[in-house]
Amino acid sequence: MEEVKTLKGNSMHYCTGCGHTIVHRIIAQLMDEMGLREKAIASAPVGCAVLFYNYFNMDIIECAHGRVPSVMSAIKRVHPDKFVLAYQGDGDLAAIGTTETLHTANRGENITVIFVNNAIYGMTGGQMAPTTLPSQVTTTTPKGRGNNFEGGPLKVCELLSVLDGPAYIERCAVDSAEGLKNTKEAIRKAFQCQLDGKGYSFVEVLSMCPTNWKMDVKSSIGFIDKMKEYFPLGIFKDVRNER
Amino acid sequence: MTEKILMKGNEAMVHAAIKAGCTFYAGYPITPQNEVPEQMSALMPKAGGIFIQAEAELSAINMIFGASAAGVRCMTSSSSPGIALKQEGISYIAGGELPCVIANVMRGGPGLGNIRASQADYFQSVKGGGHGDYKLIVLAPSTVQEMYDLTMDAFDYADHYRNPVLILADGITGQMVEPVELKDYKPILELPSKSGWILDGCKGREPHVVKTLFLESDDRLTKHNIHLQEKYQRIKDELCLCKEYKTEDAELFIAAYGITARVCKEAVDAARKLGYKVGIIQPVSLWPFPEKIFAKYKGKDFLVVEMSCGQMIEDVKLSLECKGKIHFMGCGGGWYPDTEQIVTKVKEIYGRS
Amino acid sequence: MKDDIKIAGHGGQGVVLAGSLIANAAMDQGLETCGMVSYGAEMRGGTANATVIISDKPIGSPVVVNPTTALILNEPSLKKFEESLVPGGIIIINTSECKKKVSRTDLEVVLIPATEIASELGNKKATNMVMIGAYIKKRGIIDIQVAIKTLKRVLGKKPELVEINQKALIKGAEQCM
Repeated sequence: MEEVKTLKGNSMHYCTGCGHTIVHRIIAQLMDEMGLREKAIASAPVGCAVLFYNYFNMDIIECAHGRVPSVMSAIKRVHPDKFVLAYQGDGDLAAIGTTETLHTANRGENITVIFVNNAIYGMTGGQMAPTTLPSQVTTTTPKGRGNNFEGGPLKVCELLSVLDGPAYIERCAVDSAEGLKNTKEAIRKAFQCQLDGKGYSFVEVLSMCPTNWKMDVKSSIGFIDKMKEYFPLGIFKDVRNER
Repeated sequence: MTEKILMKGNEAMVHAAIKAGCTFYAGYPITPQNEVPEQMSALMPKAGGIFIQAEAELSAINMIFGASAAGVRCMTSSSSPGIALKQEGISYIAGGELPCVIANVMRGGPGLGNIRASQADYFQSVKGGGHGDYKLIVLAPSTVQEMYDLTMDAFDYADHYRNPVLILADGITGQMVEPVELKDYKPILELPSKSGWILDGCKGREPHVVKTLFLESDDRLTKHNIHLQEKYQRIKDELCLCKEYKTEDAELFIAAYGITARVCKEAVDAARKLGYKVGIIQPVSLWPFPEKIFAKYKGKDFLVVEMSCGQMIEDVKLSLECKGKIHFMGCGGGWYPDTEQIVTKVKEIYGRS
Repeated sequence: MKDDIKIAGHGGQGVVLAGSLIANAAMDQGLETCGMVSYGAEMRGGTANATVIISDKPIGSPVVVNPTTALILNEPSLKKFEESLVPGGIIIINTSECKKKVSRTDLEVVLIPATEIASELGNKKATNMVMIGAYIKKRGIIDIQVAIKTLKRVLGKKPELVEINQKALIKGAEQCM
């Protein structure tokens, strides 16, 4: 693999087939290409990606669970000329940090949020996430989600797209070569959106967690297709040209 | 004498913060501290700073976490139930050794309580509040001028020690209007450069990481805790703010802080007219607690007066090593002492001893 | 010398401004002062009250439980605060909006048709100033000339209001001649 300056080049702790590794690499490649590393401040969220700073070669702040958007809002306000990247998982962004997510988007903070959705809590061992699919078995939905007033999968792109604040919202998946390519392009647009001062940009990435899904890597890629039934891919909001 | 102007204690904190170079404020409305976010929203943009009305107390304190890591002087404020919500962030800020100023304009509790003045958050402020072994520097103003002066100094203490500082006020100190001299800012301590740790992009240097997680199997978190404790010890050695009033010939010492100390002062004057030799020890830094001042009077009789059911009394007892008779007067729920009650209590104590 | 003043009326009668003017005038005269306005849920429901302490010594408790002087701008305020005054205290009543008589016999009562006087001067909103004028004259702690200067300073941003308020202040003082 080619050398990516934004990454330290050490081996990552993620499980085999984990989507975080892929998303990390896409982000790092783009930051290299767009020359963002030296002006970037990124978040390390609570969850599997908490050790983000072990792999990325840039300024990073580790945040309390769910509070990434508030922390990054403040950093961007203090340093409007810097590049601010919020990296979050589903429990962090859509459960314990729903308030922060919604209001940061609503304020239209000029930051970029990369939302890795793998429909499960990874680090704590496979509990139900806000984005867990109906009937999906997790360690806290032993009979499958939906049998005990657990609600349904929270559709964050759809929710945020009705707000005035966000400038760009897209959902992608890293389940195929084409998916990777689309994800990279979506994130590139989101990054550029911030650099152009257009306001809040958000990219949701459907991502594999074979370990906690209790699947092999190949089956986990197939599970993304199931996720897409609830989380359709596409652009949910794009008003970059109107700003 | 410099010109004085009349303002509320809450407003004085805002003026002091801005004069001290605070350029970031995030907060959430709650009575009786609403003048702070209101004034900040008007004055902060004029001073070239940033004001954010956060959607929640948790968001506000985490904005402070971010702003401090980004390298600016920053402040948030709230009142008791709101400060309780902020405890998560305060623990992270203390763990991450980020300087900031937090103001608690205390009201009655527990729960939603009421909006009257109270001093029932003493334990929360000086003993922890959030999770983990950490300390805040806690300062207790008793006049509007002190709301101004201590807030200004708080930014220096915060930067000097890389530690959050809490202004522990109450509904009355926040709401009362008094003349205040808006002194110019002059640092009272050496202010170390922040360039070695702030987050502003790693151009021309190694990346900085602000974090509080130490997952490694070795003893790094233990070492971090030892480092914090060493810092706290240094603060204890160096910082002791306390006022004494008529203690030279006193037989009975009243211990009180903040607004309560003012009422006690009036009571001491009244009691002395009746022949009772009473004095006051008024801690201004509640953490570090002025142990050495109290220790001077070990074995003497004390009366602790608090607008709580008895919290600071524990630190008084510890400082005095439980020697002498230590009496208490106080109640929670917005109870406020009046001079007559205190004088009656003094008479009672004299009658007993 | 110390005066614990309670000012009470309904919203819109300028209770807060009245308290602020007395406190500012006291400060301008070199006295110690401490004021407080009712806040939060207390100020809902149309009543407003403020307290001002003025003294030649540093002020202890900022809370006034038993005022030595009360400026009563409407009837509900009389009901609410009459009992709390210290014996021998001064109670100044705006008779335009308070027809009820003071029932206590141990108070010095000053009756002023403040709202009528203010209306005659051209602005009902100056009721509070008429009351302050009467207070200043009656209590004799604050110099009326200092208060007029203070008024000009406090209303610096609205010079058009100075004249009417100044007239009201003087007129109020004349009521106590």
